[in-house]
Amino acid sequence: MRIADKDYGTPPSGATEHVTLTVDGAPVRVPAGTSIMRAAIEAGIPVPKLCATDNLAAFGSCRLCLVEVEGRRGLHASCTEPVAAGMAVRTQNETIAKVRRGVMELYISDHPLDCLTCSANGDCELQDMAGAVGLRDVRYTGGADHLDVPADASNPYFTFDPSKCIVCSRCVRACDEVQGTFALTIDGRGFDASVKTGAEDFFSSECVSCGACVQACPTATLMEKSVIDHGVPDRVVKTTCAYCGVGCSFKAEIKGDQVVRMTPDKDGKANHGHSCVKGRFAWGYAQHRERILEPMIRDRITDPWRTVSWEEAITHAADRLAAIQAEHGVGSIGGITSSRCTNEEVWVVQKMVRAAFHNNNVDTCARVCHSPTGYGLKTTFGTSAGTQHFDSVDHADTILVIGANPTEGHPVFASRMKQRLREDSPGRPPAQLIVVDPRRIDLVRSPHVEADWHLPLQPGTNVPLMNAFAHVAVTEGLIDEAFARERCDIESFQEWLEFAAGEEHSPAAVAEVTGVPAEDIRAAARAYATAPNAAIYYGLGVTEHSQGSTMVMAMANLAMATGNIGRLGVGVNPLRGQNNVQGACDMGSFPHELPGYRWITDEATRATFEQAWDAPIDPEPGFRIPNMLDAACAGRFKGIYIQGEDIAQSDPNTQHVEAALGAMECVIVQDLFLNETAKFAHVFFPGTSFLEKDGTFTNAERRINRVRPVMPPKTGMAEWETTQALTRALGYPMEYGSAHEIMDEIASLTPTFAGVSFDLLDRVGSVQWPCNATAPEGTPIMHREEFVRGKGLFVLTEYQPTEEKANRKYPLLLTTGRILTQYNVGAQTRRTDNVEWLDEDRLEVHPADAELRGIRTDDWVSVTSRMGEITLRAEVTERVAPGVVYTTFHHPSTGTNVVTTNLSDWATNCPEYKVTAVEIRPANHRSPWQEEFHSRTTEQIDLLPAG
Amino acid sequence: MSLAKVPRETLANALGADRVAAELAAAGHDVIRTGSLGLCWAEPLIEIDGIAYGPVKNLAHLDAARIGPTDEIPALARQHRLVFDRCGRANPFDYDAAPIRAHLAREPADILAEIEASGLRGRGGAGFPAHIKWRTVHDTPSDRKYVVVNADEGDSGTFADRLIMEGDPFRLIEGMLIAGRAIGADTGVVYLRSEYPLAAEIFSEAIVAARGLGLLDTFDIELFVGAGAYICGEETSLLESLEGKRGEIRVKPPVPAIAGLFGRPTLVHNVITLAAVPAILEHGGAAYAELGVGRSTGTMTFQLAGNVERGGLIELPFGVPLRELIEDWGGGTRTGRSVGAVQVGGPLGAYLAGEQLDTPMTYEALAAIGAGVGHGGVVVFDDTVDLVRQAHYAFAFCAHESCGKCTPCRIGAVRGKETVEALIASERPEVELAMIADLCDVMEQASLCQMGGMTPIPVRSALGLPPGGS
Repeated sequence: MRIADKDYGTPPSGATEHVTLTVDGAPVRVPAGTSIMRAAIEAGIPVPKLCATDNLAAFGSCRLCLVEVEGRRGLHASCTEPVAAGMAVRTQNETIAKVRRGVMELYISDHPLDCLTCSANGDCELQDMAGAVGLRDVRYTGGADHLDVPADASNPYFTFDPSKCIVCSRCVRACDEVQGTFALTIDGRGFDASVKTGAEDFFSSECVSCGACVQACPTATLMEKSVIDHGVPDRVVKTTCAYCGVGCSFKAEIKGDQVVRMTPDKDGKANHGHSCVKGRFAWGYAQHRERILEPMIRDRITDPWRTVSWEEAITHAADRLAAIQAEHGVGSIGGITSSRCTNEEVWVVQKMVRAAFHNNNVDTCARVCHSPTGYGLKTTFGTSAGTQHFDSVDHADTILVIGANPTEGHPVFASRMKQRLREDSPGRPPAQLIVVDPRRIDLVRSPHVEADWHLPLQPGTNVPLMNAFAHVAVTEGLIDEAFARERCDIESFQEWLEFAAGEEHSPAAVAEVTGVPAEDIRAAARAYATAPNAAIYYGLGVTEHSQGSTMVMAMANLAMATGNIGRLGVGVNPLRGQNNVQGACDMGSFPHELPGYRWITDEATRATFEQAWDAPIDPEPGFRIPNMLDAACAGRFKGIYIQGEDIAQSDPNTQHVEAALGAMECVIVQDLFLNETAKFAHVFFPGTSFLEKDGTFTNAERRINRVRPVMPPKTGMAEWETTQALTRALGYPMEYGSAHEIMDEIASLTPTFAGVSFDLLDRVGSVQWPCNATAPEGTPIMHREEFVRGKGLFVLTEYQPTEEKANRKYPLLLTTGRILTQYNVGAQTRRTDNVEWLDEDRLEVHPADAELRGIRTDDWVSVTSRMGEITLRAEVTERVAPGVVYTTFHHPSTGTNVVTTNLSDWATNCPEYKVTAVEIRPANHRSPWQEEFHSRTTEQIDLLPAG
Repeated sequence: MSLAKVPRETLANALGADRVAAELAAAGHDVIRTGSLGLCWAEPLIEIDGIAYGPVKNLAHLDAARIGPTDEIPALARQHRLVFDRCGRANPFDYDAAPIRAHLAREPADILAEIEASGLRGRGGAGFPAHIKWRTVHDTPSDRKYVVVNADEGDSGTFADRLIMEGDPFRLIEGMLIAGRAIGADTGVVYLRSEYPLAAEIFSEAIVAARGLGLLDTFDIELFVGAGAYICGEETSLLESLEGKRGEIRVKPPVPAIAGLFGRPTLVHNVITLAAVPAILEHGGAAYAELGVGRSTGTMTFQLAGNVERGGLIELPFGVPLRELIEDWGGGTRTGRSVGAVQVGGPLGAYLAGEQLDTPMTYEALAAIGAGVGHGGVVVFDDTVDLVRQAHYAFAFCAHESCGKCTPCRIGAVRGKETVEALIASERPEVELAMIADLCDVMEQASLCQMGGMTPIPVRSALGLPPGGS
């Protein structure tokens, strides 16, 4: 069975005007500007093609798609020739057939005749076309060929075999047009023309392994190694990637029960058929040998684990939690939901905490990433979510990227953004780009993309910089008064105008604080404020600060004041880190909010849930994660259920987290692997990978995507079933029969989800909340007519410098981030071949700081903060500014968060990961914490059941 | 003190013009360096006080090389020079800008009307009516527009672009300025082949001089030197190359006049097309159109080369019979044997012989016998020519110069070369001939551009295969 999508050959036209023509006598009506090829294929008339594919601009090189047009001389490439009204096209006749056979004969005269043993056998466009044109004979023999050119297997996930290449340039064009990396080219001329990477091989080239070239290849030239190993897949399940907040739709291509490959879904509304190295290739962790598939329990964390039945594990866990509550009170236990789990899984955990734990001690990992987004955007706009859909970026004229590194963290959206930055035609000049980041991230300058302004500010000075943008807009008369007066709260707007005009916010004043030249601030601010459409995209570089919430509101103020809200091409857009951060927050996993961001203190809301759940709900907000940890250290918090989060690695000040976990009596961890937190656990529930889950993820654009099971849970139980069983064991009846029943309850109790059901999602693909009676298929752009809160609220954003300051002892500022090939705590990506690119966290140091300390690239250096010390290898680079060092936190053995501090956002407790004062020096040994980590890891692995 | 004129031109220099100039100066002459008069057979052709001498290798045998008063040289006097009227007559940098200033004072609509009236067609090979391109660029709204000059003169036996750029660079600048004014462009780019270093030097000097005269205040000109690819003489490859990309054919539509350089409306013309424009404005489009035959209006700058006694540049109104060019102007073959074949219009042109040589040189008449004017190159072979080898050469040339984008050209040219090799050794040549005939059909009908599409023309004409057009 063929599982390839129907390929229309060229992209859709997008024109609104239609024309009618005839193809082989049949009338066809298509938008003006459509290619003849697409018009024919839409009408069900096949046209042979090899170089054409409908996500790339027409190229016209294969010459198989030639057709006749009545009244015109010669044959015309149907991919490059647009339709015209009244045109009469003939796709078949003797002349055309003869020419097509002649072209195919040439192709095959330079192609190995090994179809039967080829990995693409049955899934090869060249093979199909040879059949379609009726090639029966290849008369050219013994001539020059490329059959001896060796294959390149350097990439861990795919091979490049030039002997099978037909030089259609689809790979090159996919790399250029779709991904925007420009890693590939055609080298040489004429018969020597061949695909090259510009380096020795794919692995050492600039290729980022997004897979677009492999996807585009019509032959076996670029082929997934998994297909070479397992054969061509025979069925497909559409699902959603479980990595970042872009939420790409994928087709899991399966043979038997074996996933053979993951290919991006053309119909995916977040990714439109594109992917990155993680979603496309790094899914092998789901089958990794270190995965734990059976429940385990132990009394003390120094005891060996005992593999037990689900029933015993759940009873054991429930008994211990009940005993703790009996001894230490109702508030002595809690739960943490995971942004990697489905909405349905999260829903049941928060419900369990409220209905079965009888408290509100539920929090989620968004606490440590985007909680300021929730607070800031809810306060100003009325909704804890980004304002746009991803496609909106196509309409932006100025793009302001703050504290986000999309090419590493959100690669598929970055490719989209880069398309807009490269676009250049008389009517559509490229968007201007402003990058606010302490580092020279790739967007600052990469092939065919260059930021118009890079503002390399000192870590921790976002707020004054944004206030300076406001100052320029206000004092230079660049405010959209009409918008602000009509759509926003007037009183707050007036106060804000006065505030922003203050001389302390002038670029000159702010230049001293931020280290960014005043003229650059002024020019960038003007570019934002004067653009027809200006859009803000931001990440954790905004939120993970002591003034994270302030900064979110400062951006919201600026967007409202300049009228950049409520239409295409504008908005304030958080790039969410994990696949379901948005959803986990929507599902009420907050100690102070019920689902849909409704205060727990609100009696009416509580009453709704109490009635629906038939359980009393505690009116008092519960503990946030940091409160849980502090209370644990103080002996008041004793039991915790942690679903799919690894707080011992991801949360700040690791030694404090470890102390808290060590002080608890019942730590229940549900995960795929024995993660760092599980080393402190008493109960281990094996979790399910996304390939086994049934439910939904909500991405950064509020898009609810279906996650469909490719295989049954390898653990024997879906995660929501585990939670349900534990809830029942605690005495609260929970009786869901399937994930869709949970979604039905979500919809019934959450106004923004009112119209959502699995049926709807299966029908329309995905929807963006709010999805309800007034927006039955969702809401791509929010705050169109009015803000969700009614009038947009301006909030004064006074700068309060962080207490974390560099001084003589700790003269450098450490900031942290992530890289393309690894994801978050690395539990997944470290268990894939992605480690071939980088299998360690490295410290970026500016050459001036490195030279002063005698540090060279690859040297081991110790990083010491007021909190702790770690050792890792250095990378001397000008990507960071002098005085700033940078690393990632993907590898537990590094212990990056051993050095980060307890400081956090004033409103939400989101940790200040982005600013830590440190000193670095050459080192020749692990830090004391790392020594302890290694011995603990060895011990804990020894405690696992054999096998 | 006598005035001596010595060409500063690639061919004359190669034959010792610099040395002769030095000798003349040493002998006390006032020496000025001019362009070439285009009489290649007489180079170095010098002029002393109005009297032409050539070839002059040194001053020792000057009298033996005496030709006579320059104005009376028949090979020059009988030409109808509109493009080359100034070339070789004076130091090009001794330039009078008054006429061009007058032209530039005219309204765009007025200029467009003159171009349309002139019937001027592209001199690069395709012969497309110039005014349609001009109007298209003019009428296409854009934030910026370009004039791009194709000076990638790669056809075998052609040198008109080089002669004008070395000998009268202001002629081209004038044509560009007028075009820029007419279509509303503010930037002109000249894409010059890398094999023309002297043209690059002289044209660069001319740009500086024009800037000094204030001619480039509102329309600037940039010189871009290519990298040695024949295919970059094809306009879309040329544009790709100008954009810094690999010289590879772009699909049309859209045509460059709508979306050309950097996606903007672009007027792409060969050097000679634009160099003809000042004369059209000077004499009027209608007067220009009276020259030539039918829709082949004006003069053509024929370039006579190969096995010919008197090679050189011959500017004449369209319509002169091919045989007259070879026998009368060229003096027959250099070897003295009879003419075996003539390739007209570059390496992709037809090999003509016999009564085909009586064809008048017009777009229409040549098209009727499966040939083309091309860029005006005429390469003569005597009767010892081996036309099978020439067919092989046609495929080999295509294989060497193909950009590699489309399959018929990329693979077809190599297969064609191999098949001709097989043909030469074949005992059953009809098998190979049938394969070549099929291949020619495929290349002609399926190739993306004229490189592969026209390679069958020399192949078929050389092998005596019937022309295509099925």
